[in-house]
Amino acid sequence: MEHTEKYEKYYVPAQSVWPIVGALALFLIAVGAGNYVVEVTRGESGFGGYVLATGLFILFVMVFGWFKDQIHESMSGMYSAQLGRSYRQGMAWFIFSEVMFFAGFFGALFYARVIAIPWLGGASNNAMTNEVLWPSFEAMWPLVSTPGGIQTTAMGWYGLPLANTIILLVSSVTLHFAHVGVEQNKRGQIKAWLGITILLGLVFLVLQGYEYYHAYTDLGLTLQSGIYGNTFFLLTGFHGMHVTLGTIILIVLFLRVFKGHFTPDNHFAFQAGSWYWHFVDVVWLMLFFFVYIL
Amino acid sequence: MATVTNTPADTHTADHGHDDHHHGAPKGILRWVLTTNHKDIGTLYLWFAFIMFLVGGAMAMVIRAELFQPGLQIVDPNFFNQMTTVHGLIMVFGAVMPAFTGLANWLVPMMIGAPDMALPRMNNWSFWILPFAFLILLSSLFLEGGGPNFGWTFYAPLSTTYSGDSTALFVFSVHIMGISSIMGAINVIVTILNMRAPGMTLMKMPMFVWTWLITAFLLIAVMPVLAAAVTMVLTDKFFGTSFFDAAGGGDPVMFQHIFWFFGHPEVYIMILPAFGIISQIVPTFSRKKLFGYASMVYATASIALLSFIVWAHHMFTTGMPVGAEMFFMFATMLISVPTGVKVFNWVATMWRGSLTFEIPMMFAIAFIVLFTIGGLSGLMLAITPVDFQYHDTYFVVAHFHYVLVTGAVFSIMAAVYYWLPKWTGKMFDVTLAKWHFWCSLISVNVLFFPMHFVGLAGMPRRIPDYALQFADFNKWISIGGFAFGLSQLIFLVLIVKACRKQGEPVTDQVWEGAEGLEWEIPSPAPYHTFDTPPVVK
Repeated sequence: MEHTEKYEKYYVPAQSVWPIVGALALFLIAVGAGNYVVEVTRGESGFGGYVLATGLFILFVMVFGWFKDQIHESMSGMYSAQLGRSYRQGMAWFIFSEVMFFAGFFGALFYARVIAIPWLGGASNNAMTNEVLWPSFEAMWPLVSTPGGIQTTAMGWYGLPLANTIILLVSSVTLHFAHVGVEQNKRGQIKAWLGITILLGLVFLVLQGYEYYHAYTDLGLTLQSGIYGNTFFLLTGFHGMHVTLGTIILIVLFLRVFKGHFTPDNHFAFQAGSWYWHFVDVVWLMLFFFVYIL
Repeated sequence: MATVTNTPADTHTADHGHDDHHHGAPKGILRWVLTTNHKDIGTLYLWFAFIMFLVGGAMAMVIRAELFQPGLQIVDPNFFNQMTTVHGLIMVFGAVMPAFTGLANWLVPMMIGAPDMALPRMNNWSFWILPFAFLILLSSLFLEGGGPNFGWTFYAPLSTTYSGDSTALFVFSVHIMGISSIMGAINVIVTILNMRAPGMTLMKMPMFVWTWLITAFLLIAVMPVLAAAVTMVLTDKFFGTSFFDAAGGGDPVMFQHIFWFFGHPEVYIMILPAFGIISQIVPTFSRKKLFGYASMVYATASIALLSFIVWAHHMFTTGMPVGAEMFFMFATMLISVPTGVKVFNWVATMWRGSLTFEIPMMFAIAFIVLFTIGGLSGLMLAITPVDFQYHDTYFVVAHFHYVLVTGAVFSIMAAVYYWLPKWTGKMFDVTLAKWHFWCSLISVNVLFFPMHFVGLAGMPRRIPDYALQFADFNKWISIGGFAFGLSQLIFLVLIVKACRKQGEPVTDQVWEGAEGLEWEIPSPAPYHTFDTPPVVK
């Protein structure tokens, strides 16, 4: 019966209030956002924004409470190696789902560049599309002049975007050093490198904010500037939201490091946060290449 | 299926001696709200799916009432459009998918010898998002301007330029449905990969577990793409982007590409678990091992992989280059090879078996015959030049209702009849079940078979009126529809009786030929099973 000796008890939590709180939060967020979007577009005032804010607040409380329970369970040794694998696999699949979310927008970018715009310009057997719809339209990328006549300016890759690329790449390395610190239980090394990573993340976000400001004020590049502006802002925007979330995760990890959490054997949260940050970094590299350079 | 089922005597079901260590289920409504138990959550999913099935069915009744005779008589066209849209959304996201997730919740841990799902709290969260999401979707029907009316496929520009304000609520409700599905799928995939009992190697897993493993992968891969698609619809409609507007350099056809990149794997998400269920039931009532277990696994994986490269067969009439149409035509036809392997294997399993025809087997055989009809009409639709004629006609409606109703829904009913005695410990009312089966079987064919004819004759789908020559067939279709809808009330009565634990007690094995871990634990299945994992040899 050697198998029974190897067996550790799998921790199945008792009833928990957090999932239903989370479901309620998502409900309020969906209802609130659904109404808020309409109110904003129509310039009306309404309850949407308040419902949305309430939902976000409840979601925050839920995440806080849920993680608090989980950290407590983990620190009291209720977890097994098998549960650690469940968490890691779960995180890995979550990141895969995020990859596919970005793939949807990259797909739109590639389709517009390779198919939609050339066809509007008369490529393939679409001469009549061009002739009948917008005879003066010429296919180009970046699309700084749309068939409908919107003019804009393209964002260069040199300068700020390049700096941001270097910042994110370096932050991945510094986070890795912090991770090594966790594995070797060198507390000072964790704090220093994690702190630097958070700073780099914040600098990236500030620069990205400045870049948006520059795009709107100097370049005339807005969310409404046709497919170039659409893909630019949605891809970089969702990436920016992920960097924001990643930075928040890292800050939480930072605070937990000061509370003495994470041992070389038990640091799932750190590993998950680190994976998430590296993922966000890889997405940026794709963005930098396909949105800015090419 | 090799050894689990072959050698039940060698299999340790270690839970028997441990039951007394557990408290049973908590009492009261909070049991269901706060639960982390995979069986409770499975039950919640299944009840939710059934209620949504009745709600979506009621909408189908509105559609069939309007189409009972030509001309506009009962509802106005805009409401008719809302009914076709919400009927589709509810049946896909509210009925079929949650029913399969409910079955996965109940069965996967029991089949692989796990104490519960890998992430039990997240499991509860995935479920409880759903009632809220559908509350939003359904309530949008009562808003000024009505609910979504652009078809469940929400093609641009119908959903962007011509839709109402409720589109925003539609988008966010789809977002949270997607969150629910992704979390549910992550839970299933991690449970299967990480929670199997010692000795339960991948190639010993029951087929239902295999099909769900692959389904979960498909869900995680494509639900985020749906999220991206609805997000672009939202920004196009409300924030002035032009992803799907040629004037800004976008393309409405691009919407269809992105949607069907999600949508085609999605239809396999709704049929692969059905294949798994049929692969469990047919061997039991044939008293034989499943024929070609390994080929079933590879066929399932092939179907899943092919599902990523066939999406544009939904768009043959959008003016794609001929080369692309040829590619998507042949890739689509290729899917009939692994699907044919499956149908062949089910039939070969029955060949020279000691067949008996209990209710689950009757549904399973009906599935095999009727799903194959749906598969063959799918093959017809795959032929590009022919599809130019069939596109957007009732032939398409007939096709996907054969695969989704007599396919997916029949498999879910087969599964419920098959495992219900294990869940309740009592045999269901067999007389009612026979009535349910025969009424459903006859009415569903009266309902959907003539749709092939009116479709081939050119009757367009999603239109509340039609030309006079389609009147006779449509009358019969509507009668079949009402009969099928009413037949489900028999099912409702049967389920309520079963949940009240009426009926004869059953043995642990329940069905004479049933093999697998779930048939070795007591009936009804204890609240907690496999606290100590069984050893599978």
